[in-house]
Amino acid sequence: MIKVVDVHKSFGKLEVLKGINFNVAPREVVCVIGPSGSGKSTLLRCINQLERVDRGHIYIDGEELTDPKTDINAIRQQVGMVFQLFNLFPHKTTLENITLAPVKIKGVDKDQADEQAMELLRKVGLVDKAHVYPNKLSGGQKQRVAIARALAMQPKVMLFDEPTSALDPEMVGEVLTVMKDLATEGMTMVVVTHEMGLAREVGDRVVFMDEGQIVEEGLPSQIFDNPPNPRTQSFLSKVLSI
Amino acid sequence: MPLFDFTFGLGILDAITSSAGFMVVAKNFTYFLGGAWYTLFITALSVAMGMVLGLFAGLGKLSKNKIIYGISTAYIDFFRGTPLFVQIFLLYFGILPLFYDNDSLSSAIIALGLNSGAYIAEILRAGIQAIDKGQMEAARSLGMNERQAMVLVILPQAFKVVIPPLINEFIALLKDSSLVSAITVAELMHRGDLVFANTYQATWVFGTISILYLVMTKTISLLGDYAERRLATE
Repeated sequence: MIKVVDVHKSFGKLEVLKGINFNVAPREVVCVIGPSGSGKSTLLRCINQLERVDRGHIYIDGEELTDPKTDINAIRQQVGMVFQLFNLFPHKTTLENITLAPVKIKGVDKDQADEQAMELLRKVGLVDKAHVYPNKLSGGQKQRVAIARALAMQPKVMLFDEPTSALDPEMVGEVLTVMKDLATEGMTMVVVTHEMGLAREVGDRVVFMDEGQIVEEGLPSQIFDNPPNPRTQSFLSKVLSI
Repeated sequence: MPLFDFTFGLGILDAITSSAGFMVVAKNFTYFLGGAWYTLFITALSVAMGMVLGLFAGLGKLSKNKIIYGISTAYIDFFRGTPLFVQIFLLYFGILPLFYDNDSLSSAIIALGLNSGAYIAEILRAGIQAIDKGQMEAARSLGMNERQAMVLVILPQAFKVVIPPLINEFIALLKDSSLVSAITVAELMHRGDLVFANTYQATWVFGTISILYLVMTKTISLLGDYAERRLATE
């Protein structure tokens, strides 16, 4: 589904990604973990071409994103993205946030889009918030709307960029529940996260990144319980001891 | 001694209404109102022109295309960096006659429109840049191209941010429109000037003109407050 080949990315003199090779199979849930500054968010943003890569290739469903001839907007419609800070549209109600892109970009009929949006709101448990503006929602509710908004484009892949990092602790659970449901339904997901619980519970594979490289990857049980690499060991000992 | 000497009050009123200055104002009041209407008309058309120019120039200043950026910057720099009074004369007597048989009214509107476009461009640019960059990313991640994201997501939000400075600009433009009296456009200031030249009633004439300007600018600012309240997503 996603194929990343030898991707390099620098911001000025700082090389953030130093040759990443990375694959995601259909219906697979991959969790990317690692210390801040390790390049995991940048990798995710490259997969959605919010950042241009300097070198290397990225394919989604066989189409090469890094080819200048590719219609990047068409591909982005198939790749949902959920941001750490939600990025809901503050001038639109919850429902309008969800229907904006399907109606204006895909040309879906307004009534049909509304119906689909209500269905998605039911799924994330926010039907009663359909007509309120984002500033009336809690962080957890905002993030669930953001997930519904991404799903409204019926993407083949969902990318999550630290979806629970900006949330109060008591809000994390409700977002994780939605994500777990999605994983169970067979959505292909790449999740950059600090939630080791999520990685362990729904992750098919865990990727550990450090200093712009993938240090190791494997089954969650393998990585969490018995990481072969000392860098992974040291990172996990710091994170899991809290 | 009564608390309020009514006859004394009437006496003052009488003195005022029979004064020469009052007579001048009373006689010319509809003439002034017509001038105020002219001023509003000129301002409205200039603002409309300025908004269109300002939107293009403001977006142009954010463009990665060097030519578009260069043209926008040169336009904004010139019209913000030189006096409006000079611009009016330059366009009316110098540049516009090269293009058509220009009259003072259309020249005035073009000069004011070009001038306000430069200021509005900077206001809109700042408004667009004030919108969190995550908004553009979220819009793009849903498959919108840059133009769709701008129109559907960024501009509606930016517009809300720029209402107060835009209202400032409209008010400034309305007041600055008095400068076109110098090229004989029969707007409010010009009419005041004509009446003054015949009567020498400076305080009465320009006092009245001031009040008419004040009524117009205050109305604009109240409309701005109303628009701001209406657009608040509460």
